[in-house]
Amino acid sequence: MNKILNPQLFSKNVELVPTRNGYGDGVVDAGRLNENVVVLCCDLSESTRSLAFARAFPNRFFEMGVAEQNMAGVAAGMATVGKIPFITSYAVFSPGRNWDQIRVSICYSNLNVKIVGAHAGLTVGPDGATHQALEDVAIMRVLPNMVVLSPCDAHEARRAVCAAARHVGPVYIRLYREKSPIITRANAPFEIGRAYVVREGSDVTIIASGPLVYEALLAAEQLRKRGIEAEVINCPTIKPLDEKTILKSVQKTGAVITVEEHQIAGGLFGAIAEFLSRTNPVPILPIGVRDTFGESGEPAELLTKYGLRAADVVRAALILLK
Amino acid sequence: MLIGERKILRLEKIANEIREDIIAMLLAAGSGHSAGPLGMADVFTALYFHVANINPKNVRDEKRDRIFLSNGHICPVWYATLAHAGFFPRTELKTLRKLNSRLQGHPHFGSLPGIENTGGPLGQGLSQAVGAALALRLNKFRSRVFCLMSDGEQEEGQTFEAVMSAGKYRLNNLVAIMDRNNIQIDGPTEEIMPLEPLSDKYRAFNWHVIEVDGHNIRSIVDACDEARSIIEKPTLILAHTTPGKGVDFMENDYEWHGKPPTKEEARRALQQLRTLGGRITSEHE
Repeated sequence: MNKILNPQLFSKNVELVPTRNGYGDGVVDAGRLNENVVVLCCDLSESTRSLAFARAFPNRFFEMGVAEQNMAGVAAGMATVGKIPFITSYAVFSPGRNWDQIRVSICYSNLNVKIVGAHAGLTVGPDGATHQALEDVAIMRVLPNMVVLSPCDAHEARRAVCAAARHVGPVYIRLYREKSPIITRANAPFEIGRAYVVREGSDVTIIASGPLVYEALLAAEQLRKRGIEAEVINCPTIKPLDEKTILKSVQKTGAVITVEEHQIAGGLFGAIAEFLSRTNPVPILPIGVRDTFGESGEPAELLTKYGLRAADVVRAALILLK
Repeated sequence: MLIGERKILRLEKIANEIREDIIAMLLAAGSGHSAGPLGMADVFTALYFHVANINPKNVRDEKRDRIFLSNGHICPVWYATLAHAGFFPRTELKTLRKLNSRLQGHPHFGSLPGIENTGGPLGQGLSQAVGAALALRLNKFRSRVFCLMSDGEQEEGQTFEAVMSAGKYRLNNLVAIMDRNNIQIDGPTEEIMPLEPLSDKYRAFNWHVIEVDGHNIRSIVDACDEARSIIEKPTLILAHTTPGKGVDFMENDYEWHGKPPTKEEARRALQQLRTLGGRITSEHE
């Protein structure tokens, strides 16, 4: 466990870095390792951090303009010739706007395309609901052949990008705009399909994905003061689920809370509930957005208003264990 | 590549055999599209039997030319052409649209040798072709990408996203061939959603445009040669075709866009194709 977590995690000076920066570093790493890696972007190369790749490998970077459907199809065509395209935009546009192209041109052909959806979740902040992707995991998770990754910090995003480049087949990687705590060590392990127990406990299992893993860990600390030992699982691969790790924990605790910056329908809660309902039914409470759109506001304000903070996790645990 | 008279006659005969196979396949399937596949038999024949550098004995050759089909619903002509060219046994054609068949109702990349892209939902193929052309150029291969598409799918926004990007990247290794047959499911294209002036539209997006009679094999071959000499732009070959070509009661009738023949209609169609083959091939001479 200590091999995974950043030792400075609970200090006041914990380092804050956006997950998208980890993508920017990771895709340059992947580009160095494999000359078939190419990056496409739809007029958002600075804010998605694809710019780092464009500078390192200008011949392998393709600016596609504001045309996400074409970008997905072009990537599919490149993959038929052996390229490993990363297509990047905001998650509301890609996969939000080009789902049919991802379904037909990429997934049905099982082509080696990586879809990078930046600025997911409520923490996009002031841009408001139009730009806050809260459905992307759901629409990617239902596609056959697709792998869905939601890294918790910049380090994990970098590892996820490198793992995605090595994986043969379509992968969706969800990223966030806002700076968030460095939760994991730079050299922590990462495998597609693995979940990581980042805190051991016996009373309740908290399964979280994305930067909200931090809120889950804070909640576990607060629960400890009330005599409740929570096990916290960081679940960066939402599909395929690490069924073994999840089942082992749930058989110990018998109660689950899921934590995600996404609609509770179809996301992490959906995936966990689908799995446990057929293998080991236990009470599950979701922390997530409840069938509503977001709005403008500061990221922290939005997390509080929509009930995605540590305090909300604590409350859910107390209800669950009553 | 220049083409002689004898080869043209041979290709016209193959195109007619492909039409016969299309009728037989649609009858066996009991569903599918009739007009488009018949209309594009000459273009497919010219590409697979003369123009494109593709070898059915080495379907994964990385330097091969690519032929993509965007309007996947006309796949009976693709399947019949591939079978005639030796990519898979002709006997398999009658499994079209049946359970466990490699001949899916709309083509699936990876299911069948020679199928280079997945298509069906309109407007996706040209983007895929742009991607393949970019990747082949990145590899410094001289391969060309041919993308066959319909006129109706020019109504999809994605088509013009792809047109714009091909112009931007000056994809001289990309040749789009549009089946300009003027019909779509609900009626004539110019009533459903006017497309003209198509040539001007493509030229405005920095494409080279050539208009041909899509049933004249020499014109199709010559246009593909001309495209090779255009070094700074992608080329659109606007192929004017007759939907349902070769079967008089299907020709130019949009009702035949999306349905298969009945047993009796298939009998009449095959009889026409067999006995009027000479007329079809001589019409443009």
